[in-house]
Amino acid sequence: MTTVRDLFRFSPSFRYGAAILIVVAVLVILSFVSPYAPDKRRAVPRNEPPSAEYIMGTTSTGQDVFWMLTFAIRNTLIVAGVAVLIGRSIGVMLGMISGYLGGTVDRVLSSIVDSVIVIPRLPLVILIASILRGEMTILTLAILIGILDWAYPSKRYRAQILTLREREFTQTAVFAGMNTIKVVVQEHLPFLIPFLLADVVSGFLFAIGFEVTLSVLGLSDLGSQSIGTMIYWGNYYQALLTNRTWVLAAPIASSVIIVVGFYLISTSLSTYLDPRTRLSRMQVKG
Amino acid sequence: MTLLKEFILPRLLQWAMVIFVGVTITFLIPRLSPVNPIDQALGRLTAFQNVEPEGVLALRATLEDLYGLGGSFFDQYIAFWQRVIRGDLGPSFSAFPRPVNELIGAGLPWTIGLLGSAVVLSWVLGVVLGSLAGYFPHRLWSQVLDKVLIVVYPIPYYILAFVLLMAFTYYLPIFPLVGGAKGTPGLNWDYISSVLIHSFLPAVSIIVGATAFRFIMSKALASTETSSDYVTYAEMAAVPKRKVLFFYVTRNTMLPQITDLALSLGAIFEGALITEVVFAYPGVGSVLYNSIISADYNVIMGITLLSIVGIATASLIVDLSYPLFDPRVRFR
Amino acid sequence: MTTIIEAKNLKAYYITQAYGVERTVQAVDNISLEIQEGEVFGIAGESGCGKSTLLKVLLGAFEPPLTVVDGTVEYHFDSERINALALTDQNLRDIRWSKVSYIPQGSMHVLNPVRRIRDSFYDFITTHQQVGRRESLEITRKYLADLGLPESVLAAYPHQLSGGMRQRVTIALATILWPKLIFADEPTTALDVVVQRGVIQLLKEVQQREGSTLVLITHDMGVHANLADRIAVLYAGKIVEEADTRTILKNPRHPYTQYLIKSLPHLDERAERVSIPGRPPALDNPPTGCRFHPRCPLAIDKCRTIDPDLITVRPGHRAACHLVTEEVIHATTA
Ligand SMILES: Nc1ncnc2c1ncn2[C@@H]1O[C@H](COP(=O)(O)OP(=O)(O)OP(=O)(O)O)[C@@H](O)[C@H]1O
Ligand code: SF4
Ligand SMILES: [Mg+2]
Repeated sequence: MTTVRDLFRFSPSFRYGAAILIVVAVLVILSFVSPYAPDKRRAVPRNEPPSAEYIMGTTSTGQDVFWMLTFAIRNTLIVAGVAVLIGRSIGVMLGMISGYLGGTVDRVLSSIVDSVIVIPRLPLVILIASILRGEMTILTLAILIGILDWAYPSKRYRAQILTLREREFTQTAVFAGMNTIKVVVQEHLPFLIPFLLADVVSGFLFAIGFEVTLSVLGLSDLGSQSIGTMIYWGNYYQALLTNRTWVLAAPIASSVIIVVGFYLISTSLSTYLDPRTRLSRMQVKG
Repeated sequence: MTLLKEFILPRLLQWAMVIFVGVTITFLIPRLSPVNPIDQALGRLTAFQNVEPEGVLALRATLEDLYGLGGSFFDQYIAFWQRVIRGDLGPSFSAFPRPVNELIGAGLPWTIGLLGSAVVLSWVLGVVLGSLAGYFPHRLWSQVLDKVLIVVYPIPYYILAFVLLMAFTYYLPIFPLVGGAKGTPGLNWDYISSVLIHSFLPAVSIIVGATAFRFIMSKALASTETSSDYVTYAEMAAVPKRKVLFFYVTRNTMLPQITDLALSLGAIFEGALITEVVFAYPGVGSVLYNSIISADYNVIMGITLLSIVGIATASLIVDLSYPLFDPRVRFR
Repeated sequence: MTTIIEAKNLKAYYITQAYGVERTVQAVDNISLEIQEGEVFGIAGESGCGKSTLLKVLLGAFEPPLTVVDGTVEYHFDSERINALALTDQNLRDIRWSKVSYIPQGSMHVLNPVRRIRDSFYDFITTHQQVGRRESLEITRKYLADLGLPESVLAAYPHQLSGGMRQRVTIALATILWPKLIFADEPTTALDVVVQRGVIQLLKEVQQREGSTLVLITHDMGVHANLADRIAVLYAGKIVEEADTRTILKNPRHPYTQYLIKSLPHLDERAERVSIPGRPPALDNPPTGCRFHPRCPLAIDKCRTIDPDLITVRPGHRAACHLVTEEVIHATTA
């Protein structure tokens, strides 16, 4: 809590990032009170430019862009959230196994992780998604992105744990007869959690990017709203050629803003976690 | 001898491992999927014409044979490897019977030209600007550059591609809308300038983000170097800043940077897929896009394999060329 | 005797601010000293007492967060006086290496890992002298030969040299232009004993060759005993005692110095080695009064509140302790 307060007070990029994400959260909440169902067509007049009534205009299929966007952001964030959850769970688990067990287990796991890291993910996802086409739902998309984004995290957690293990307090705790689980939970977790936080943010960036990429290619669940599918349908109905740029402008602008918001938070967190700033932040004791 | 045993062999092993894992995954994915690609293809083929049941069976057998889907799982796996090693990926589904190799081959020069030059350009720009900004962190230009690029960096390149497309071909139509070039290919100025003009916007859309990324990385590396003992010491001796920046700071950041350049070059086949789609640029990305639309999974598989081999080989080359850039590896 | 460097009332603090927490580390607090031409001046004290910080300020090589809050530092080169706290780029090019040089702490990493030794020498020499590549190589080769270092190091990269050799090369690199004033920060730390002896020998040689002034910083009283003519003992950012080496070793007056000497291993005696109880204070919140009082077995009430002045016990011997002050006053009044 004091961390959040400190960040708020002294890190402008955290402030801007947080402000952006609060706006995003408001939009997500608004989606629950939308006057239209997300997939209802011809709910409003078609192809209206932005106006007082339809603040972001309407689409070729007669949907209100603003309300559509609230659903789109919600779904994109859900996809990203589930993907991050899956990816980090695998990553943290492998990282911990590798880091704490060490030895042969570590060597085998590390060499697998190193190989997987090199394998390009986008073509694989495209291959999988194109085979699963038609059966793709938001959830399968999320799972797909999640199971591809664990190698880097696991490598980083392993490195973190290795440095934690070398720290003085670990040795002391082990000498004092604390059992391993206790050492991990009481001594290491407090260090890992802020690190995890920064990592989760970068996971969101990655997942949002993938969602949009796949949707623009027409490989996701095109029936549901997401930032990517909005762009897809905008293209599909030739929004550019017919000068209805508002249909594309809304999802494009919102994806830029969300991504920048997450990125600002993540950079402010990582400077906060930097051992050098951490040192100068430490209060004097005794 | 020790260099071979301790250095070259493990890298080769790692390379083989990556290829092995990649090829195996590529092999497994279609086979584990609930959708049978042959059924899909048959469905499409038979949708428009009436085919006798025997005919369908015959067709199925042909397809299974062609795509290496016949026989036991293990036989398929062996056959798949044989194809990979021979570099023969079979015929395309949608442009039957054109071989996959030919389709991909047609896109390759475009992608290599566009992405290759964009990656190299952004690397040079990013390294130069980033080193300068890392070495002079308190100058005004350095801080402005830093703020701007940090906001630009997270913007996805495909979004930028859309924005550029909207702005410069639609509102301000100074660039051609789509395509790779006009006219007949040849080594004449008309054709070359047409290639350059057509590739300008797609290249910019990639270069902006990539430069921002390289800048951030390069600046971080340079500022670590700047606080290193040897830089501090050289500065204390009043060695000219130019020299310190070049031989002490930037030279020491080269190793990770060159590594990363090679990896980026190896990754160009997955790099800017959507840029090509957005600008209808006739490279591998567009080939991939078309095959996605027509569910031509043999082509998709081919491109997947190509990018796996590309990146694995790039990283192998990087590792093997380490000794050229780092005396610490060269003379152990 | 002529003074070559003079510091007055020097205060240098690390001032940092991050996330609303401000810290001021009083690493050098009110230090005055004069170092004479041609002497070896030792600066001693436990780790963290501000030795390296003092050195950075004396060199005029300090950057934020280190800030000189008060005081002056002046170099006296013949009749010329130079303010070391405000060196211009031109000053730097003129005096660094050719007049004032520096052998850094932990010189393991001061050589550029991707540059051959001869190229580092070339960089450093040509910054201060108008010579070509060949000439610079000649100068380097001759100097290394003089110091008894093998010529083969010239073509080597730093990582190919042993720790001891790297340290010697660094000493050569620092002194290649025959500076009058050489600062050395822990030049022997982290080297094994045999190598240490070689490095000490080398330093002695370099210093005596042209009668340079050597300011030698180390926590190792053994090295001081070997090399120094005069020693200043630092504690928590302050000079607590300063005298010629013999006096410091045989007749120290300050309780802290007495501890330092007692903690030395002696060859001849079987006297027990006493280590100082407790730890040096954190300098962002130093103790009031005499900074040594929490650890001082002789502390009196006054020590807790009043900071003792650094007084002259007799010419050339200064100490900062209430007990010493009282004794001196007693001796003069009696
Ligand atoms: N960059 C910095 N920011 C804040 N405080 C610092 C910084 N560098 C050093 N200090 C503090 O200043 C004090 C003096 O440090 P200094 O390096 O001068 O000690 P030292 O006597 O040279 O010790 P050692 O024998 O370990 O080299 C220490 O308490 C240290 O924690
Ligand atoms: S002044 Fe007091 S506390 Fe300080 S050294 Fe002297 S006796 Fe000890
Ligand atoms: Mg020091």
